[in-house]
Amino acid sequence: MNPERPKRKLRVATTSLAGCFGCHMSFLDIDERLIELLEHIEFDASPLTDIKTPGQCDLGLIEGGLCNAENVHVLLNMRQKCRILVAMGACAINGGLPAQRNHLDIRDCLQTVYLTGVGLNRGFIPNDPELPLPLDQVHPLHDVVKIDYFLPGCPPPADAIWQFLTDLIAGRTPQLGHGLIHYD
Amino acid sequence: MTFTLDGHDIPFEPGQTVVQAALAAGHYIPHLCYHPEFQPHGSCKVCTCTVNGRTATSCTTPASEGLEVASETPEIQEIRRDLVQFLFTEGNHFCPSCEQSGDCMLQAVGYELGVVTGHYNPLFPNRPVDASHPDVLLDTNRCILCELCVRASAQIDGKSIFALSGRGITKHLIVNAESGRLGDTQLATTDKALDVCPVGAILRKRTGFRVPIGRRTYDARPISQVTVEPAK
Repeated sequence: MNPERPKRKLRVATTSLAGCFGCHMSFLDIDERLIELLEHIEFDASPLTDIKTPGQCDLGLIEGGLCNAENVHVLLNMRQKCRILVAMGACAINGGLPAQRNHLDIRDCLQTVYLTGVGLNRGFIPNDPELPLPLDQVHPLHDVVKIDYFLPGCPPPADAIWQFLTDLIAGRTPQLGHGLIHYD
Repeated sequence: MTFTLDGHDIPFEPGQTVVQAALAAGHYIPHLCYHPEFQPHGSCKVCTCTVNGRTATSCTTPASEGLEVASETPEIQEIRRDLVQFLFTEGNHFCPSCEQSGDCMLQAVGYELGVVTGHYNPLFPNRPVDASHPDVLLDTNRCILCELCVRASAQIDGKSIFALSGRGITKHLIVNAESGRLGDTQLATTDKALDVCPVGAILRKRTGFRVPIGRRTYDARPISQVTVEPAK
């Protein structure tokens, strides 16, 4: 190993599935530390770069759970392309707020929202073939693929995201102490 | 008279359990169904320790001279993490929308043990919410079956409003009224049963989210410190 050799930057992809983009907002909330971070990483597919499909990446950060077929497709592709996959935030970890529909029948949900709800006139359940089909229940990511790390919080605090990423970049197992592990 | 806990000498009085003596001596052992004002229950198993080489719930183990108790070993902590993960995945625990968040013992024990995921596939059970009482909300999605409300209502309030019914995974909290609804019981806002729920299953109405984030019970200090030095 030549210690002089410049370190290759880690390629990082991020995506939001059934989430609210709050985790991405919290990520941006590391503020000027983003500049320091960019000395160690470069973004691949991400809402921040507007690149839609990931190439080979070292790290994938995924916000949101799985509520439809497209979410599953994106997740499987991310798992294929990313060496390390991270479930970021409450929804990715346990389904979060969207999973609170899980005890309801999906057909009843759609009928109430689009057909029988108060104030609806001549509504119909959207059926455009481009719309991804909803799943009967919302699932956390680890229900479908292997997840390497979990970063809890709704959203995870910026300091937790920073701690997590700097640990990972330094080759350490990320350790979040009291105040950085949050489920809310 | 003393026993050892992770190598520390712990003094005890006759009749004390391992958890009682440990907490009195300022040593935290994680627990959920144990409450200092009630008879030990031994059901949540989170206080499991190795006692003279065998695993036992430390809330039901009488302290005795020369016991060797190991609590913070990697093996025991892993058992506790598993138990907490079972509880999270068996119920519906959505902390961001729960009024008890920040004051919840299940959540705080999760933080203490470094639990960052439910790990197991969540069951997403279909459990009822009972809002029939004018002042109290019962959300059984969050119930961890510790029986503290059952014990408090029977032993202190003298009303026996709560009970557990069913076996194994179907075990659930029931309300002692013909209708099964909290609004048809004699539950009063002064009842001890309202103050012992370690999670957000039994809540006073119109008090949620009054304490801002940052000032809640376990925001500033972890449960291991809050439990042994509550007034700090």
